Amino acid sequence: MKLLARIFPHPHLTILLTVVWLLMVNKFSLNSLVFGLFLGIVIPFLTRPYWPDRPQLLSWPRVVEYVLVVLWDIVVANFIVARIVLFKPNAKRSPGWVCVPIELRAPEAITVLAGTITMTPGTLTADLSDEGHCLLIHCLDAPDPAAIRDEIKQRYERRLKEIFE
Amino acid sequence: MEQYFDILIAFFLVVAGLFGFVGSFGLIKLNDQMSRLHAPTKATTLGVGGVLIASILHSAVSEHHLSLHELLITLFLFLTAPITANFIAKVHVHRHQTPETLPPAGEDSTWATFMTEDKDDES
Repeated sequence: MKLLARIFPHPHLTILLTVVWLLMVNKFSLNSLVFGLFLGIVIPFLTRPYWPDRPQLLSWPRVVEYVLVVLWDIVVANFIVARIVLFKPNAKRSPGWVCVPIELRAPEAITVLAGTITMTPGTLTADLSDEGHCLLIHCLDAPDPAAIRDEIKQRYERRLKEIFE
Repeated sequence: MEQYFDILIAFFLVVAGLFGFVGSFGLIKLNDQMSRLHAPTKATTLGVGGVLIASILHSAVSEHHLSLHELLITLFLFLTAPITANFIAKVHVHRHQTPETLPPAGEDSTWATFMTEDKDDES
C-alpha cells in the first residue's frame, strides 16, 4: 500500500492526465494509452514537492452535483447577460461592487469559488481581501446586492464547503 | 436522417454565432470598463460551446468517427476565462479605483491589490 502511494501520489491526477492525453490524441490506441499512463505517472511524481498539503475531496457525488449545477448556471448566465446587453439601456442598469464574506479557507476552494462566480450570471470576481476573508465581486446589474451575496453563499459556497471541508 | 442532423448542427452554429455577436456587441454597448468585462467572459462561453457541440456532431454524423477534442477546449476555456477576467479586473482596480471607491473589505483591512509593502512588515 505504501509503495502504491509512492508510485501514485495522486491517483486522480494520474487518471485525469491519461484522459486528457487520450483526448488530445483524439484517437484511441494502445500506444497513446500507454504513453498517457506514462505521463500520468511521471508528472504527479515529479510535481509532488509542489503540493505539500493539498485538500482532500470529501465526496465525489457532490463534486458531480456541483459541476452540473455550475454548467446549468453558465447556460442561464449566457441568456441573462445577453438580455441585459441587448435590451437593457445603460441608464437603467445599476452596476456595482459587492463584498462577499467567505467562510472557505482552503486556497483551492476559494479559487474554485472565484472562478465559478466569474462564469455565472452577471457577477465577476475582481479581488480578494488582504487576509482572504472576503471576495470583491463586480455585478453587471445589481439592484439588490444583498440578494446576490446570499445567492452566492447559498448556492456555491455551501456546496464547496461540503466538498472541501 | 442525416438531414435532421444537418439541421441540428446548423442550429448550434447559429446559436453560437448569436452569442458570439452578443459578446462582441456588449464590448461596444456597455458604458463602463468593469461592465464591459462581463460580456466577453459569459456570452462567449455559450458561443464557443455551440461551435464545439456542432463540431462533435458533425464528425460523428458526417465523418463517422468520434472526435472528443472539443471537450478539452471547453475544459481549458473554463480554466482560463475566469483567470483572464480576474487579471483584467485587478488591473482596473489598480489603476482606476482607490480603497475609498470600493466597499470596505469586511473584517479585513483592505483589498489585496492595495496592499503595500509596509503593511506586510507590520503584520
